Amino acid sequence: MSTATHAGVSRFSAHPRMAFAARRSRRFVLSLLALVTASFAMIHLVPGDPVRAALGPSAPQDLVERTRATLGLDRPLADQYLSYLRGVFTGDLGTSIMSREPVGLVLEQRLPATAGLAGAALALTLAAGIPLGLAAGVLGRDGRRPRSDFTFTVVTGLLSALPEFLLAVGLVYVLAVSLGWFPVAGGTGPGAYVLPVLSLAVGPTAVIARLMRVETRRALREDYVRTARSKRLPRRVIYLRHVLPNVLTATLTVSGLLLGGLIAGTVVVENVFAWPGLGGAVVTAITGKDYALVQGFVLVYGAAILAVNLLVDLAIAAIDPRSSILER
Amino acid sequence: MRPTRRALLVLILFFLALAVAGPILAGPAAERTDVAGLLQGPSAEHWLGTDHLGRDILAQIVVASRLSLGSAVAATAVAAVAGIALGGASLARRAGPLFTAVLNTLVAFPSLLLAIFFAVVFGVGTRGAVLAVGLAMAPSFGRLTQTLGASVMASDYVSAARLLGLRHSRVLTGYVLPNVAEPLLLGLAFAAGNALLVMSGLSFLGLGVQPPDYDWGQLLQSGLGQIYTAPAAALGPAVAIMLAGLTFSMAGEPAERGAEAPARLRRALPATARDGRTPAVPGEANVAEARGLRVVFPDARGRPVTVVDDVELCIGKGERVGLVGESGSGKSLTALALAGLVPHPGRVTADALSVAKVGLLDVRRSDRDLKGRVAMVFQDPARAMNPVLRVGAQIAEASPGRDVVEALTALKVASPALRARQYPHQLSGGTLQRAMIAMALAAEPDLLIADEPTTALDMTVQQATLRVLRDAVAASGSALLFISHDIAVVSGMCERLVVMYAGGVVEDLPVRLLPGGAAHPYTAALLATLPSLDADPAAPLPAIPGSPPAAGAAGPGCAFAPRCPRAAERCLSERPPLADLAPGHRAACWHPLEGVA
Repeated sequence: MSTATHAGVSRFSAHPRMAFAARRSRRFVLSLLALVTASFAMIHLVPGDPVRAALGPSAPQDLVERTRATLGLDRPLADQYLSYLRGVFTGDLGTSIMSREPVGLVLEQRLPATAGLAGAALALTLAAGIPLGLAAGVLGRDGRRPRSDFTFTVVTGLLSALPEFLLAVGLVYVLAVSLGWFPVAGGTGPGAYVLPVLSLAVGPTAVIARLMRVETRRALREDYVRTARSKRLPRRVIYLRHVLPNVLTATLTVSGLLLGGLIAGTVVVENVFAWPGLGGAVVTAITGKDYALVQGFVLVYGAAILAVNLLVDLAIAAIDPRSSILER
Repeated sequence: MRPTRRALLVLILFFLALAVAGPILAGPAAERTDVAGLLQGPSAEHWLGTDHLGRDILAQIVVASRLSLGSAVAATAVAAVAGIALGGASLARRAGPLFTAVLNTLVAFPSLLLAIFFAVVFGVGTRGAVLAVGLAMAPSFGRLTQTLGASVMASDYVSAARLLGLRHSRVLTGYVLPNVAEPLLLGLAFAAGNALLVMSGLSFLGLGVQPPDYDWGQLLQSGLGQIYTAPAAALGPAVAIMLAGLTFSMAGEPAERGAEAPARLRRALPATARDGRTPAVPGEANVAEARGLRVVFPDARGRPVTVVDDVELCIGKGERVGLVGESGSGKSLTALALAGLVPHPGRVTADALSVAKVGLLDVRRSDRDLKGRVAMVFQDPARAMNPVLRVGAQIAEASPGRDVVEALTALKVASPALRARQYPHQLSGGTLQRAMIAMALAAEPDLLIADEPTTALDMTVQQATLRVLRDAVAASGSALLFISHDIAVVSGMCERLVVMYAGGVVEDLPVRLLPGGAAHPYTAALLATLPSLDADPAAPLPAIPGSPPAAGAAGPGCAFAPRCPRAAERCLSERPPLADLAPGHRAACWHPLEGVA
């Protein structure tokens, strides 16, 4: 085991994080392309004639033909695909059949409300779930406080199994109907955010807290924690500097999926609370067979989820130098 | 079967019965409209009130159980078929990577979003929603199939079956299927719970079951409108979805294996003198002193087991002491007790226990009092170093203000500046252990404890590491407690040798008396097991017959007596105390060997 080989190895892998970031970004771009293709393919997968389906059986034939032409559906498939791609990159996503508005405009108007809701819920999930789980893991380490630990596991287990719409209904009943603390729907100002954000964040927070608890307990049994204790470091330093980064990696690995689920959950929650975002319009667009609009929604939600997964992976690579993610 | 499992099974049967019999029993009540009683709250007649046509809501919930559960089961079936096909395809030899890539992309998307996507394709309605939910859940099923299949196919027994020439189909049905059946079944139950939730979500949004049909999700949607006036209309279906969803999901969770937490001491420990205060004159020159040291751990049932029993160990200033014993002899726990690091739920008691005059059992002691007093080097540096922190930062932490590069240079680490910037996994085991020693010595401790510091290293670097350790300790002036199971290594490192057996000290002697001067038969036996160059290479290696007693299972006499060639009656009935044989030489034996030193 000569020093020379080691220097060689380290020079070769001098920037594994940069290499990973480049590789991961390439995968992100490829996934985006796949997403665009899927949203394009969606309208062609609909059985029968989507235009006829959208306009109804009583629509005159020439209207159907004209709509088909405006949507470009009468051109060859490859041609349609290319112009769809061009449209996506230039921001021209077609026109809504129902409202006659450009799809891009609809998305632009509704995106901020959804982004605000999802952003607040994401922030709350991480800001609450991580410290809660870390604290639970520290307090229950080596089987201490078994009763509180059991309660924590059961409560978070139940909360993590509940879907957003049930949580939303429960929260509305308790906090809005029974206690009257918050508006049910259509409110403005910060108070209007409380119930929707809670409905979205409670489940993922519970999942993250559970994961953090298990991982923290595991980490506290690791040799490196004993080393840190042998250095007589303050507890704060042991938990935050030595344990937290190790625990975060494992937790973040799962949270990509979790936070993606949270973004999808906005569709349901916006419908419960009459939120003026994308989610409220998704259902009407689908039932109204407004395909251009639906395609726009698919692009926005899909891209958001892919972006969250990208950010999570990059965060893992930044925290953990030996993470197996770097080799993928 | 655990009680929770039984309760889940009962609940599942209840829901299945409800789905079968519900519409027959409650059908008429659910269809009876009552124009006089529209949108009523709960009453004796209508427990959960009535809807906008005056129909009983509870009856509707009962009737809806068939459609809700049925569509969930149907969607699960779709998911299972599509998922197993997808997962199986990803295991195929040629097309596998392509399907794996598809699977990887699909699992990143939440099932609700995939369900909405497929609902667009299949159209709004019950049939479309079942297909959509099924396909939306297929990726996670595919992942499960892939993982399970890959692990079984790679297992030894399948390779063995292949070698025996079994046909592929026979391998699949006879070996793979039985081994994946249980996790797949659990996966199915879990998926059914999930399908119910996603399906209800779609109906709740208005994309699933359409009126005049209704399932729980749809009932919840129509009940939500009147949540202020008649909350029961929304809460009823919500509770039904929650109960059924949780039941199926929980039934699908794999049974928890074993308790992860170690048992706790149930009974109070036998009272031993605790040293509130360290003796005023702890043998002036001693940096470490343990008298009557006991470490107790609970066994699986919470009963106390004494792992370290009445140990006496004193280390003089700058002295190098070797602690030798087989694994399980209590040597590491003795060292951890001296460092104040015995892990929970272990309990430490002692008549006196101090390092550099800091009483370790002193209730007023804080961890900071030990900083710069005692430091440790552990067995496996790859595990003892924090993987996410740079080596230099970890050394600096031990003693802020010290020059890290200088500390590494003192341990003869090549290119120390580079090493300090690297992470532990980038260093070789030998280099990492040197960094570990540098870290321990950085705080200039009065006592350095090295617990088998070379056991985890390659044979080729062990000698070099030991040499650097000895030189660095000598240069620093720290005392050394060197723990090893190898009496030869200890003799080369230390001035004094302390031998432990079954939790107690059996002999304490100067190294210069070795090899002939050992008084305790166990020490002598350890020395006899050392291979020597002039031994007959054809003869079997000498070994001590028998095995040490399990912790806490030793009889009233000498713990070594059952294996001892010199054991007499007294050895079995009475424990020998650690007694002086000569200045600096003590042994716990009724029949010590005559020294031939």
